[in-house]
Amino acid sequence: MTEDVVQLLSPDGERHDHPDYPLDCDHERLRALYRDIALTRRLDVESTALQRTGELGLWCPVLGQEGAQVGAGHAMRATDFGFTSYREVGIFQVRDVDPVDLLHLYRGVTHASWDPHQVGLGIFTIVIGSHALHAVGYAMGIQRDGADEAVLACFGDGATSTGDVHEAMVFAAAFAAPVVFFVQNNQWAISVPVARQSRAPLATRAAGYGIPAVQIDGNDVLASLAVTRAALDRAREGGGPTFIEAVTYRRGPHTTSDDPTRYRDQAEVEHWVALDPLDRLVRHMEIVGAWDAGFAASIDAEADALGERLRDAIRGMSDPDPMTMFDHVYAEPHAQVEADRQALADHLASDVAGAVETR
Amino acid sequence: MSIRAFALPDVGEGLTEAEIVTWRIVVGDQIDVNQPIVDIETAKAVVELPSPFTGRVVALLADAGAVVPVGATILEVEVSDREPVLVGYGVGHETGRRRHLRGAAPAAAAAPAGPATKPLAKPPVRALARELGIDLATVPPTGPRGDITRDDVRRAAPVAQAAPERPVRGERRPVRGVQRTMAQAMMRSVSQAPHVTEWVDVDVSQTMALVRRLRAEPEFADARVTPLTIAAAAVLHAIHRTPIINSSWIDLPDGTAEIEVYPCVNLGLAVASPRGLVVPNVRDAGSLSLSGLARATTDLTERARNGQLTPADSVEGTITITNIGVFGVDGGTPILNPGEAAILAIGRVIDRPWVVEGGLAVRPVIQLSLSFDHRIVDGAAGSTFLADVAAYLHFPPL
Repeated sequence: MTEDVVQLLSPDGERHDHPDYPLDCDHERLRALYRDIALTRRLDVESTALQRTGELGLWCPVLGQEGAQVGAGHAMRATDFGFTSYREVGIFQVRDVDPVDLLHLYRGVTHASWDPHQVGLGIFTIVIGSHALHAVGYAMGIQRDGADEAVLACFGDGATSTGDVHEAMVFAAAFAAPVVFFVQNNQWAISVPVARQSRAPLATRAAGYGIPAVQIDGNDVLASLAVTRAALDRAREGGGPTFIEAVTYRRGPHTTSDDPTRYRDQAEVEHWVALDPLDRLVRHMEIVGAWDAGFAASIDAEADALGERLRDAIRGMSDPDPMTMFDHVYAEPHAQVEADRQALADHLASDVAGAVETR
Repeated sequence: MSIRAFALPDVGEGLTEAEIVTWRIVVGDQIDVNQPIVDIETAKAVVELPSPFTGRVVALLADAGAVVPVGATILEVEVSDREPVLVGYGVGHETGRRRHLRGAAPAAAAAPAGPATKPLAKPPVRALARELGIDLATVPPTGPRGDITRDDVRRAAPVAQAAPERPVRGERRPVRGVQRTMAQAMMRSVSQAPHVTEWVDVDVSQTMALVRRLRAEPEFADARVTPLTIAAAAVLHAIHRTPIINSSWIDLPDGTAEIEVYPCVNLGLAVASPRGLVVPNVRDAGSLSLSGLARATTDLTERARNGQLTPADSVEGTITITNIGVFGVDGGTPILNPGEAAILAIGRVIDRPWVVEGGLAVRPVIQLSLSFDHRIVDGAAGSTFLADVAAYLHFPPL
């Protein structure tokens, strides 16, 4: 990490203050951060196992990036809105979205199982970078409503190479939209290293749009919390967008279909294991006296219960009624969708469909 | 208690089969949910499968090394009855395959658990080795990370792997030795370097006069001076103005590339030997006098034709001349000797009508054909080089 990278918690758990990002973090908050990272990690392990046993079609592991995500999630107010890619399960954990709901998509039974308005998070966006535009559009809506809200747009280093992200940053800067671009630079866009995509650090790109940028230690949950909170505050106060580059690492494969041993060395992974976000938080909690065996055991028990609940729920998950696929295409009734709905209903009631189903 | 079966899942979005690499459990083991049980290799990756059950292993239904279709049962576990039933998975041909796989006792069951130490190779390369019946442990690796490449496997394959379906209509002979080397070199060159070829005709009256004069000189008594000798000198001369022509394209392991420009010229000569095309080279040809160059080229071509070349004669060439004129033809589109940036073909010397100072004359004319690697050499550099060679042959400065 260079001098300019904001770090409040070193890998050995020592707390550092930063003049621009003061953070008062009591024991209760530290425990909440630990719980969210630990449960995110368990969700990740269980989901990978469920994919490996054929229960999920795919999973996108998050191991190594939980600190960046959980910190950003804690920085959001309840009224703020987030747009994420498919890997930001840490933020969903913070917002208390039922993890079973995240897995419907990966089992292939539905697109999303949560109400974005209720939880303040959009659906998982698979198309790389497109939700940066949605985020800026939402933020421009906040401006027009005069609401005291801000938007968090989460994407990865690979997405910064897309046209959508460029356009989103152009519009965000032009309209001083209340949006924070939270980029997790996990070093690899599938098999393409970040150095191949960008000759300069990603954060330096923001200057070209006139957007202030901050590089943070993405494995430091406290830096993520403090810097993201400051950026969201600034956005709500009319200060415009901020670009945060959380420098972190994807320790697992890109997805369960990927084999990272084909394009990177194990030594690189080991380097980042030593910088683990959860380990350094535990060390810090021990130092400040926020850690005890009873607390650790209670989180372990909660994680075990989560694992069991996920396995039971996924294995018992039924396919949805095909008629529900029309329900949320448009907010209001639409003639074409109604015609399609009727056509499917007629087909399902016909002899043809029956013959197929009983074959 | 009841028995639960575990079917091989599709772990990679549309795979149909996987190879069992290593079992980490043996029959009788007590296993926990999510405990790693087996390493499998698909067309995409080697992955570790966790157990979906807690219980006692009753049967391993596929040997290490077996290729198993997705959906086939590979494991049976005895579980207590509160363990939830595994739903949802399992496609096609389960029954038949299972009986087949059950035939032999799993060889890996007796082996100690733990990750397999295997030769490094990507899954498609493993698939190729399997297809050709080659044990990867016997293949010397040449890949950048010590891994076995597709070419390594092909090299290890027995020769004459002809497709059996095609009826034999003529006399078949295996491709080996020089011909095999040539075929591989040409395929590599054509598939890697974008070739551009340019031509020019040149009046070589002065070169022919020079050849006659040199043949009479005592210094050249033990050398065979030909138009090729002067062409070699012309190439060495032209490289001075266009050094980039004497270079290599180097692909680096990290995906970037470099161009290596050589300070000296190892001048390759494509020679038709009794066993096929060979390309020995004259070391540091630029340091030789014209008579030295003539002797070196004579020596090299004679040894090539007599089959007396050593492997050292044919490595580290930097640019090549091919004398197709000896076969009575004028020009062509030569293929680069792999790793080099240019190759010059010299046509036959033939009398042609030639316009000289506005009038028609009969002149000895040679066609020059230059192919170059357009990744390295652009049209301007290639053309300059070719024009310089032609100008030298038109008016040899000797």
